[in-house]
Amino acid sequence: MPSTSLHGASLGDRIYRFTTTAFAASVPLLLVLLGVEVMIAAWPALKAFHFSFLTSSRWDAVEGVFGAAPAIYGTIISSVLALVIATPLAVGVAIFLSEFAPPWLRQPVAFLVDLLAAIPSVVYGLWGIFVLVPLLREQVMPFITDRLHLGNTPLFSGPAYGPSMLAAGLILAIMVLPYISSVTREVLMAVPRSQREAALALGATRWEMIRGAVLPYASSGILGGVILGLGRALGETMAVTMVIGNRHEISSSLFAPGYTMASLIANEFSEATNDMHLSALMAVGAVLLALTLAVNMLARWLVWRVARQGR
Amino acid sequence: MITLTVVAALLATLPLVFILALLLKQGASSLNWAFFTNMPKPVGETGGGMANAMMGTVMLIGVASVIGLPVGIGAGLYLAEHRGARFASVVRFLSDVLNGLPSIVIGIFAWQFLVRPVKQFSALAGGIALGVMMIPLVTRATEEMIRLVPDALREAALALGYPRWRTSLTIVLRTALPGIVTAALVAVARIAGETAPLLFTAFGNQFWSTSFMHPISALPLQIFSYAISPYDEWHALAWAGALVLLALVLVISLVARFVTRSKFGAGHD
Repeated sequence: MPSTSLHGASLGDRIYRFTTTAFAASVPLLLVLLGVEVMIAAWPALKAFHFSFLTSSRWDAVEGVFGAAPAIYGTIISSVLALVIATPLAVGVAIFLSEFAPPWLRQPVAFLVDLLAAIPSVVYGLWGIFVLVPLLREQVMPFITDRLHLGNTPLFSGPAYGPSMLAAGLILAIMVLPYISSVTREVLMAVPRSQREAALALGATRWEMIRGAVLPYASSGILGGVILGLGRALGETMAVTMVIGNRHEISSSLFAPGYTMASLIANEFSEATNDMHLSALMAVGAVLLALTLAVNMLARWLVWRVARQGR
Repeated sequence: MITLTVVAALLATLPLVFILALLLKQGASSLNWAFFTNMPKPVGETGGGMANAMMGTVMLIGVASVIGLPVGIGAGLYLAEHRGARFASVVRFLSDVLNGLPSIVIGIFAWQFLVRPVKQFSALAGGIALGVMMIPLVTRATEEMIRLVPDALREAALALGYPRWRTSLTIVLRTALPGIVTAALVAVARIAGETAPLLFTAFGNQFWSTSFMHPISALPLQIFSYAISPYDEWHALAWAGALVLLALVLVISLVARFVTRSKFGAGHD
């Protein structure tokens, strides 16, 4: 029989407590260390270029002048494009699964959508290179310019290379969809029965109940899911690198190739020869880190707020 | 409106079906024994394989698990046992934040912290980077699984005079074990396909290597470099590699689901 003292903890307890606390403390420590190391790597470039690093479009490894504006622009545009495409779909799937789907269909469809999140980024990229990009170049882009006559609008001007902001946005949309949809599904499930029943008792149809009682209640949680998806899209690397075309240029056209911060780092890291080039890439990483930190904290806060309401 | 949600569900699952079908078609046609047993070959030679990349992936997963599992399970235990504590909610929040960080940022961190000082890309650095990615996944899932263990069980053990640490490790943790195994497998499935952090750490290697201190190849890295190459035979290998990688990820995920299904069922005799 192991002995326990009533006064204070036994040695075993103290060791156990110390160990688990240390493991728990390693999470904040890791984050601090990560932030510090990334800043150290980024510092030379940040010091040399100050704010022009964020605003300048000149990225010249030979001259040693670096401005990351096209990559920052590309990151935001491709992510927003992805959200615009993915959000209605993801919310639609979540509503279907939580409200309309017959019970036998729920599990399999939810499983399939979740499976989208399990496919490695590099496999999406492979598919992007050999299916999505040729499809865009040969079918979709000519259709938009020739059939829909949108070739003169700023969004769809320029030649149809294939690798483009549009390709990046589409592939990101597929990749963030499962994240948005699973958060939305959870939030919808957390809407109290009384809300639904009250709406139905007032004579609402099923759809009116969803629109009038369920969605408003869940809206800030859904927004949290969307922002969580945004966090994923901003930092997604491999698939985007493989389809975006990798060019340092800001263009209003979705047909034009571009860069995102993550794809810039991934693409140029192995070619970077001098220290300033490396540091500039790390500075791009630092900007990306700051952006995703802010976005993630916002998303968590929104989701938590809803979870607290639901209790 | 109901129809619209059905359409959304169809549209959302369509890419998955397309990707899987194409992977099976393209991958299977270039998959053979040589793929598993041979080394990469120069362009023009047939019969190249990815034996070294598969070995690399196994080693990287091993290192990542050695780091990610103990830390994650330990932190998860702490979170579950200090539910209301302030520090616990800080850790919980920060582990969610860590989970949301782009993998490429983790790669930069590992490069600056582990690779740059010793001027040597290594399998070890790659494994550690992946391990860091595992920690928040395992932490949060462990916490949730332990919370499912009924308090009565813990109280019964304590009432019998068990010290807290033995109660936690032999009663609570053991009861939650199937769930934690699932969490571990899900985390492994997630990091197995990671490429971005490896670009900065494991780097890739054309040769057979089992050294932790040297650059090493991995399936996702090899797929990436073959996919962006201009050669058709390398593209075929990339498809085969993608099929193997996806099969690996899916098998791990399916096993994980199977383990959860028997949660709190038979098995804790």
